[in-house]
Amino acid sequence: MRYFTDVATLARKDLLLEVRARDTLPAMLLFVVAALVVFHFALPSEAGDVAGLGLLWVAIVFTALLGLSRAWVAEREQGVQDGLVLSPADRSAIWLGKALSSLAFLLLAEAIALPAFWIFFTGLDAATIAGVLLADIGICAVGAFVAAMSTATRARELLLPVLFLPLAIPLVVGGVGASVVDGPGRYLAFLALYDALFATICWASFEYVVTE
Amino acid sequence: MIHARGLTKRYGEKRVFAGIELDVAVGDFTLVTGANGSGKTTLLRLLAGLAAPSAGTLRVDAERERVGYVAHEPLVYRELSARENLWLYARLYRVPEAGERIGMLLERFGLWDVRDERVSSYSRGMLQRLALCRALLHEPDLLLLDEPHSALDAEGSELLDAELDGSRATFVVATHTPERLAARATARLALQ
Repeated sequence: MRYFTDVATLARKDLLLEVRARDTLPAMLLFVVAALVVFHFALPSEAGDVAGLGLLWVAIVFTALLGLSRAWVAEREQGVQDGLVLSPADRSAIWLGKALSSLAFLLLAEAIALPAFWIFFTGLDAATIAGVLLADIGICAVGAFVAAMSTATRARELLLPVLFLPLAIPLVVGGVGASVVDGPGRYLAFLALYDALFATICWASFEYVVTE
Repeated sequence: MIHARGLTKRYGEKRVFAGIELDVAVGDFTLVTGANGSGKTTLLRLLAGLAAPSAGTLRVDAERERVGYVAHEPLVYRELSARENLWLYARLYRVPEAGERIGMLLERFGLWDVRDERVSSYSRGMLQRLALCRALLHEPDLLLLDEPHSALDAEGSELLDAELDGSRATFVVATHTPERLAARATARLALQ
């Protein structure tokens, strides 16, 4: 119980920081809407819905990447990570709190992006929305982890996409599959398996990311 | 409370220090001295559990929640107020009656009047006072202080000295100006 209280405390702190600084969510919102507008005009009119759904996943992944690049900025620039690591909170709670706050930002961005996609491209079925939600969990679990890793390096802006994008490929495969096939069940199961597997790995190994 | 044998720390090829032998008993006040770059901060990071030794053994007989640490950085969020930062740490450390404890520390270190202002508006000295509040919040048994008087004005230094005098904790204090703390020291470790 104490563990989840710590996670909630840390996630709530990130939300409060965003309310104060407003430096992540507005950028994510602007980016995802701008990307969908660009895709709308870039895609030939004869391109079908399938092409549009593929571009939706491109927009989601890069919007998430934008948010993740800011995820540990306060901890890095203000040196707070040491304070959190020193506290009796389980170190994996620091990762989980960050993954949850990143998930909240991504869901808020998608609350604008998905209706915008419906306006510019086509409607979304339940399988696509389920795929988006499952992929969001994996994106934020893995993303918060690799963002913490890249934060410790000087080439952090370069390292984050280099580490994150290959790990996001299965999520795009599963998400696009769930969006375009008639029987999306196995793709949704694949996304759920990815979430469970990678969240467990990140949970178990985060301690080694935040200590020298 | 602290037992180190042959403690060595390297970053790649660069050796920070090697072969440190250190014994700190409960209640000791240990001064760690040395020039800039001699490894004082690195040693405190090892003692705090923020870094692992490259060689040698280190045993610290204090749970993580019983350790307080004042680093070069105040370890607080600039977009939060002093009170919000201390509440965050109070929840993580499960400080009982946290509101009273936070109020008492802010009052004692002269930050009560600015308790709800964002920390980004604080001067360096005020940040150091807040760092001391944060480190003392959970009444630790072991206090690791890295240049604790840095940036403090005369009043702030006196407040810190009063805190050191009134505490029963074990102290390891890194400083390159040991004169101020020499009278309290029960042991010294000079890093080359």
